Amino acid sequence: MIQVESLYKKFGKNKVLEGLDLHIQNGGIFAILGPNGSGKTTLIKAILGMVLPNKGKISVLGDSIKNKWKYRQEIEYLPQIANFPGNLKVKELITMIKDLRNKPSEESHLITLFGLEPFLDKKLANLSGGTKQKVNIVLTFMFNSPIIILDEPTNGLDPQAVIHLKELIQKEKQKGKTILVTSHIMQFVEEVADNIVYLLEGKIYFKGSIAELMKMTDQVDFEHAIATIANTKTNA
Amino acid sequence: MLKILKYSFYDLMRSRWSYVYFLFYLVLGFVLLFLNNDVSKAVITLMNIIIVLVPLIGTIFGVMYYYNSKEFTELLLAQPIKRSSIFLGQYFGVAGSLTLSLVLGLGIPFVLYGLFKSDVIFNFTLLLITGAFLTLIFTVLAFIIAISNENKIKGFGYAVLTWLFLAVIYDGLFLMSLIIFEEYPLDSLSLGAILFNPIDLARTLILLKLDISALLGYTGAVFKQFFGTNLGLFISMGVLILWTVLPIGWLTFKAKHKDF
Repeated sequence: MIQVESLYKKFGKNKVLEGLDLHIQNGGIFAILGPNGSGKTTLIKAILGMVLPNKGKISVLGDSIKNKWKYRQEIEYLPQIANFPGNLKVKELITMIKDLRNKPSEESHLITLFGLEPFLDKKLANLSGGTKQKVNIVLTFMFNSPIIILDEPTNGLDPQAVIHLKELIQKEKQKGKTILVTSHIMQFVEEVADNIVYLLEGKIYFKGSIAELMKMTDQVDFEHAIATIANTKTNA
Repeated sequence: MLKILKYSFYDLMRSRWSYVYFLFYLVLGFVLLFLNNDVSKAVITLMNIIIVLVPLIGTIFGVMYYYNSKEFTELLLAQPIKRSSIFLGQYFGVAGSLTLSLVLGLGIPFVLYGLFKSDVIFNFTLLLITGAFLTLIFTVLAFIIAISNENKIKGFGYAVLTWLFLAVIYDGLFLMSLIIFEEYPLDSLSLGAILFNPIDLARTLILLKLDISALLGYTGAVFKQFFGTNLGLFISMGVLILWTVLPIGWLTFKAKHKDF
């Protein structure tokens, strides 16, 4: 479904991705983990075509994405920082994205689920960070696309909203979708993810299930297992 | 692209500044007409204002809009939309709403004053067309500068410097070069110098059409002498179009090769 072959990307002198290979098959939830600055967001943005790689090839649904844009119709993306044009109302933003995507959408139950009705007529600039993130989630989940990419989806959410989000993710998984998630909250990752992709120094250091990861690192606790990878690499 | 243009245009039409700009021209038009009491004289005064002010407004609006709509742009980049459509749509949204403010703001007072009965209607139309071109040119230059500079302050500074250079410093340098090298034949140098500055070009274009030798600066005099009125008009119009099309192409290229 998503194929990344020897991807290189540097920003100025800062080499972020150094020959990254990643193959993601159909269906399932993949957590992309790694220390700060390991290139998680760069990888995601490269898949979305927002960051242009220096070298390497990315294919989505079997086709190379180079100079293409229509494939983004098949991807829903939740950006890390929910920045929206401030002078738009929530309602207008939703209508606009629907108009731009030109696809059937079902936003009403999501709006109810996250309790956004009272905010529909408010301008986005006046919303709190958490509410903005909820709007962000509604925009991401209201379409029916085979690939969903979530960059730090739990940012700023209250516990109840996190529970709803987890349910949503599971529901989408059951529809056979491919979901990529990044998060710094290991508990969240442990609960939702089927597979872990661990990025370190611009490459994939580990790819497999949580059970495999714990076996490899000799840890019983997921959070410690992740921390162990980071340590072994820096000590070596 | 049209959808993006629509949203950018609506967005700007709702902003206070479009109205301020529109009202400014409206007031300017009325005041000039009542002070001069003569449509053709008002056109000349207007030209002098338009030639400096329109580029400045285009530059500032262009830079401000680009930086202010960064979030909007990032949102759009993840949508199934072509990159060039996003930036061209926003650009034409800004340039379009500025041109509309200019044309309506100046058009209304002149029409009310009896423009259609006067014989300066073509001169006035030419003035508006050049104003529109200057808006298009300086907005696209501002967009290019903004897209090349992540730092807002730097981008703003470079943009205003570009305007200052083309509106003021360029003429100064040009005159100085004419004085220093006065013993040499300078015709082709002057001609080239005019073509490389859209503001000079616009001024020459209008002056050639108005046919008022007294108001022709040195730059215009050379131009007129060399080309004669019709050919000069044709060439300067062509170069103005080039000044619009080439930077738009450059903007598209820049947009295609940028990381977000």
